[in-house]
Amino acid sequence: MTNVPDFLPALPEILMAAGAMALLMWGVFRQCDARETGIGAIGLFVLVGALLLIEPNEAVQTFGGMFVVDSFTKFMKLLILIAAAAAIIMSFGFIRHEKMNRFEFPVLIVLATLGMFMMVSANGLIALYMGLELQSLALYVIAAFHRENARSTEAGLKYFVLGALASGMLLYGASLVYGFTGSVQFTAISGVLTAEGPNIGVIFGIVFILAGLAFKISAVPFHMWTPDVYEGAPTPVTAFFGGAPKVAAMALILRVLFGAFPALEDQWQQIIVFVSIASMVLGAFAAIAQTNIKRLMAYSSISHMGFALVGLAAGTPEGVRGVLIYLVIYVVMNVGVFCCILAMRRKEGYVESISDLSGLSTNQPMLAFLFAMLMFSLAGVPPLAGFFGKFYVFMAAIEAGLYPLAVIGVLSSVIGAFYYLRIVKIMYFDEAAEPFVQPLPGELAAVLGVCSVFTLLFFVYPAPLILGAQTAVGALLP
Amino acid sequence: MAIGLAHYLTVAAILFTLGIFGIFLNRKNVIVILMSIELMLLAVNINLVAFSTHMGDLAGQVFALFVLTVAAGEAAIGLAILVIYFRNRGSIAVEDINMMKG
Repeated sequence: MTNVPDFLPALPEILMAAGAMALLMWGVFRQCDARETGIGAIGLFVLVGALLLIEPNEAVQTFGGMFVVDSFTKFMKLLILIAAAAAIIMSFGFIRHEKMNRFEFPVLIVLATLGMFMMVSANGLIALYMGLELQSLALYVIAAFHRENARSTEAGLKYFVLGALASGMLLYGASLVYGFTGSVQFTAISGVLTAEGPNIGVIFGIVFILAGLAFKISAVPFHMWTPDVYEGAPTPVTAFFGGAPKVAAMALILRVLFGAFPALEDQWQQIIVFVSIASMVLGAFAAIAQTNIKRLMAYSSISHMGFALVGLAAGTPEGVRGVLIYLVIYVVMNVGVFCCILAMRRKEGYVESISDLSGLSTNQPMLAFLFAMLMFSLAGVPPLAGFFGKFYVFMAAIEAGLYPLAVIGVLSSVIGAFYYLRIVKIMYFDEAAEPFVQPLPGELAAVLGVCSVFTLLFFVYPAPLILGAQTAVGALLP
Repeated sequence: MAIGLAHYLTVAAILFTLGIFGIFLNRKNVIVILMSIELMLLAVNINLVAFSTHMGDLAGQVFALFVLTVAAGEAAIGLAILVIYFRNRGSIAVEDINMMKG
């Protein structure tokens, strides 16, 4: 007779799963549009968020140790929730204008978010895989959601093929780790490896698992899909791709490396250092020649993930804290920039070429100012939020003695500043182009305002975020 | 000669490599890519079941069942995306998937 597991720690996930199905039913029977299910989805997110906030902070494991809840998962889940809610809010205007107003869209975002929650809470290889696939399958569909548009479907197809390849590699790695340690549960794997030391099978397994996860955060050398998918997918979907899935995958990387393989830190540190350097450098150089703003943001996200990995390469609590702070700041900046991109709409439809921005400062000075400020923040100019993100990870790298990594990071950040500043130059000093449709939809302006205020005034009162990240790291690295 | 764990792992490794090569070397059409993905997942299943019987631990077989389920879902979604892609472009040849550079 087996005993029934404790379901209480998984309550937010259960609520979200039930809610997603209820929303689907609601959409089918009421024949409603995406706005209605979207508002329902945001209501669901608020409920789940409240549930997360009142949950106790101490670590609890359930379902045979496969599912873990602690302050780290709480921090990550709240961040994912905010990013997903922002993506739904931003999509309202777009889906109306672009004739993709079908109620499944918010439901798919809810399902993807559920998968991300599962990834964050996974404490075993099976839970990891199931969460990752739930997230990925939903994301494949929403990448191709604009189904009359050839570019959107091509993006979906490319994302699907490369994503399936990545999950295959991750799975092969998981099977090797299971075979050579005899367990699928992270704590047990860590116990075996601490007792017996590294062996070649497990190291192969880690390499494969990291390859699969590096794909999900679009780190070099598994970044090939990113520019195409960012460019082809509908813009609100791209905004979503840039935020929540990367947070979830990064959370999973942290959990796998520190939960299951702390004994093999020497081995995985080399991989992380390589991936981090390659991402920063490639992201900085490849973005220079871009003409499409979404494609440019794709390369920008590649290099930002490289910066975040700098903190992980340090392997210290300060480094991991830096990663978490970086992720929060990156998500906010990303949402803000995509609000600006969604504001680029003329009478004939949405435009996404960088040259369309020229002379924005004369037509819409406020939008141009906020866009420029976000670009400065992405480039890491103090005192904007982006600077602090970089500051914490580079400090951690220097304290861990990784001087070459920090130097390359700072240099590629300088190179990256070139293409961000080029956009500012185009907006402020070039001949004015045909103006965009004004005014901005209210919800878009609200999200943009919140992101801008955060980016601009983060330095005034950074304590809550830093403290939150500190507590989260405490749960991950005892 | 008794068939041991190493034999199963070798077969799985060969199948997995074939799957990866099938994705990258194939220039014909996307259906072949879907088959290659399936091949990779089945190679993993062989691995899991072989380890599971070798160690007398059931977790691997449970994992394999989950993988089978997810593989079915993945194939369904892949084919659905392929169908809407075909409607737009009228072709599923790999070299035609080039609207965006890269």
